[in-house]
Amino acid sequence: MKFAVLQFPGSNCDQDVIQALRTFEGTSADYVWHKTTSLADFDAVVVPGGFSYGDYLRCGAIARFSPIMGAVKEFAANGGTVLGICNGFQILCESGLLPGALVRNRDLHFICEHVNLRVESSDSRFTSKAKAGEVLNIPIAHGEGCYFADEATIAELKANDQILVRYAGRNPNGSLDAIAGIRNRAGNVFGLMPHPERACDPLLGSADGRVIFESLLS
Amino acid sequence: MKAVVTIMPKQSVLDPQGAAVAQAMQHHGLGGVGKVRVGKSIEIELPEGASETTLHELCRDLLSNPVIEDYTLAIQG
Repeated sequence: MKFAVLQFPGSNCDQDVIQALRTFEGTSADYVWHKTTSLADFDAVVVPGGFSYGDYLRCGAIARFSPIMGAVKEFAANGGTVLGICNGFQILCESGLLPGALVRNRDLHFICEHVNLRVESSDSRFTSKAKAGEVLNIPIAHGEGCYFADEATIAELKANDQILVRYAGRNPNGSLDAIAGIRNRAGNVFGLMPHPERACDPLLGSADGRVIFESLLS
Repeated sequence: MKAVVTIMPKQSVLDPQGAAVAQAMQHHGLGGVGKVRVGKSIEIELPEGASETTLHELCRDLLSNPVIEDYTLAIQG
């Protein structure tokens, strides 16, 4: 599986994503600079974390208009796999590829800690190798990770099984319905605030993130 | 031609920044402060002939996020 890992000015988790992906057999992972306009030859796109454009205006608001995003939208419209992590999730929401928005953490602090996530559904290409109800220990590191959407959208997300992971136990950032990650209706785009690429090696405290990439590769 | 766009978080969105500012106001000495919300103001020097429709698109697509914010657009000159 050929992964494209996007780089915007200010992205800083691209290297971690590439490193993590390369630990899986049958993958190749390449950096794709935000000014590129084609995603031909790639099987999946990862929009990594960081502070694209310094989080100016709103997190992900400016990256959304980068040249590469036209190709990402087309890729997604054609059913291609798109994974957005942290700032990547914010960019996907800003670009309308996922519903809702991420706002400032309820308690205003930037939170950098391992949290427990509950897999809500294994009926997706991103969680097929996990069991519904399974708890994954994965780090978060964000100041604007509070998921918000209006009532109608939340109801729709629930009705269509689009909430793939929720915070288990304590809700660290005030996200509505403890939502940590959602997929789009079609199931090919997934955004989450936690960093699975930082949980791919037991040396880093947890390898629970591997199941997400294993699901994609299966 | 100049435009000023004012962007405020929607009433339905939690504004912890506003709450923190309200608390700071109390510390500053003003008691009894109610709800405080913090937004942003963007000033734009417009090119000649910029249409109001285009400006509203700009406000909706870039300057504000309609999921969480409301905006007002004021055009001068």
